[in-house]
Amino acid sequence: MSASPTYQSVLLELAERDPRLLVMTAENRAAIRELPAKLGSRFIDVGICEQTMVGMAAGLALRGRVPVVHALATFLTLRAYEFIRTDVGIAGLPVKFVGAVPGFLSDGNGPTHQAIDDISVMRTIPGMQIICPADDRELCACLPEVLASPGPAYLRYNATPSRLAHTPYQLGRAEVLSEGTDLAVLTAGFLTAKVADACDILRGQEVDATLLNLRTLAPIDEDAICAAALACPVLVTVEDHLLVGGLYQLVAEILVRHRISVPVVPLGLPGRWFRPGRLNEVLEHEGFTPARLAARLHRAFETKGAVDA
Amino acid sequence: MNGDFAQLEAQARRVRAHAIRLATNGGCFLGASLSCADLLVYLYDRVLRVSPQRLDDPTRDYLFLSKGHDVPALYGTFVERGYLPAARLRNHLAVTDHLYWHPNRAIPGVEFHSGSLGHLLSVSMGVALDAQLTGGPSRAFVIVGDGELNEGSVWEAALVASAKKLDNLVLIVDRNGFQANVATETLIPLEPLGEKLGAFGFSVVEVDGHDFGELERAFAELPRRAGRPTAVIARTKRNKGLPSLEGKSERWFVDLAPQEVEMLLAELNGAPQANLTSEPLVVR
Repeated sequence: MSASPTYQSVLLELAERDPRLLVMTAENRAAIRELPAKLGSRFIDVGICEQTMVGMAAGLALRGRVPVVHALATFLTLRAYEFIRTDVGIAGLPVKFVGAVPGFLSDGNGPTHQAIDDISVMRTIPGMQIICPADDRELCACLPEVLASPGPAYLRYNATPSRLAHTPYQLGRAEVLSEGTDLAVLTAGFLTAKVADACDILRGQEVDATLLNLRTLAPIDEDAICAAALACPVLVTVEDHLLVGGLYQLVAEILVRHRISVPVVPLGLPGRWFRPGRLNEVLEHEGFTPARLAARLHRAFETKGAVDA
Repeated sequence: MNGDFAQLEAQARRVRAHAIRLATNGGCFLGASLSCADLLVYLYDRVLRVSPQRLDDPTRDYLFLSKGHDVPALYGTFVERGYLPAARLRNHLAVTDHLYWHPNRAIPGVEFHSGSLGHLLSVSMGVALDAQLTGGPSRAFVIVGDGELNEGSVWEAALVASAKKLDNLVLIVDRNGFQANVATETLIPLEPLGEKLGAFGFSVVEVDGHDFGELERAFAELPRRAGRPTAVIARTKRNKGLPSLEGKSERWFVDLAPQEVEMLLAELNGAPQANLTSEPLVVR
């Protein structure tokens, strides 16, 4: 393995230290292809059987194991949803769900593979943590805490490299990537680096944005969201998810609960699947490249959310 | 052969009586409970290495009730075997306790909750797999309904159980011949069920699920074949023990008047057949 840690090198290191950890997959090995040889019988591939994998993971967890289960995000969270809810969720078992190619990362696969409703369904399960790493380093940084926590968790797998310099990882705490009072931008996961680049462009146009990388959506850092809403005249949420049940609604619920009235502009997928293609072309078409995002954020700043961005 | 089945028969009659007493003031799924009562009594008395004193013992055997709505028979068995005081059954359907139409593992002896069909074969496989990984002696037994075999997740799990060579896994089909309201063979036929499970890699035995001698044969030697999961198809009757209700599709879930409970308890103990007048219920 290379010198810089990867998802599987960190997972292996944690598994070597903790005999409870098991790695399971429904024949989705892209992120863990070196582990069968290293983990032997603690690597369990059940074939393309997401429901059975989740049920077995619940049984293994009953015996004191911590299964880390892998499948494409959409098949894991939707095909096996009732098993996640009923077998893992009701019992509150420490099964860790790792969903591959969530959101825009399914690029050319098409709507069948677009996990853009995964957060919406997973957040309905009481006690389910939802972890959205911004890049490869945050993915590695979150693992020890996610795997050590006592309940179930859903990890939106994202191993994309980025130029971001992160503060130390703390589960449930947002990271402030930039500070400004012209607008506040809230995001998490793969789009974080794109939004950071967009905020740099805005800064060149003398618009200073606060940028929050929320890092986890459950638990979610309510204090950071409220502080941003009180400091800025307009909020923008950016997500590669349907506007139903994702970051926008989470933020809206928090603001209503805290009686904070501020315009919120949602940048996400408004009730439709995205056009499949090469990732950069998808981002361009859907308006999520740094340049497109900068323009949309600028419009939100100018109009204070009065018109669509 | 251990031919002392009189004790088991008496125990099973008491288990049925507990279940019948739960079939009022809100009711319960009596039909499925009575079809698997003999199975549960036999397993807890003669097969399972588990007791109220070793519920946290990782070397114990595990029994999972996958269809779940037959749980009154499990409660009755638990009372007879000292897991639960009989008085606790009076809390049935009280929101202050955990005794309701499906199992909850807050009840001592219940290994896992169920109620949604097609789940516990895979959950029991996780337990069986862990016992294999750790070299432990635990075996996982899972009772499924025959209607439950409509669920694709059962067959998906069966493929994997065979692939993973889980020979410490025992799948037991309570083959009472009914889905919720309809006979299995008229809605979604399962036969030849033994051949199907055999083709999926199970070592299969078919027995009369109310005959303790046949159950003894079915469970005498486990695994039946090294490297293969076992499947026991137990042919049973809905509402077994109550001739007036046996095999009646409309008496699956029942909510009886108190005097009807007494009539059925009398019938269980040999009195003439009861004539129920309470409305048959169609639950789904």
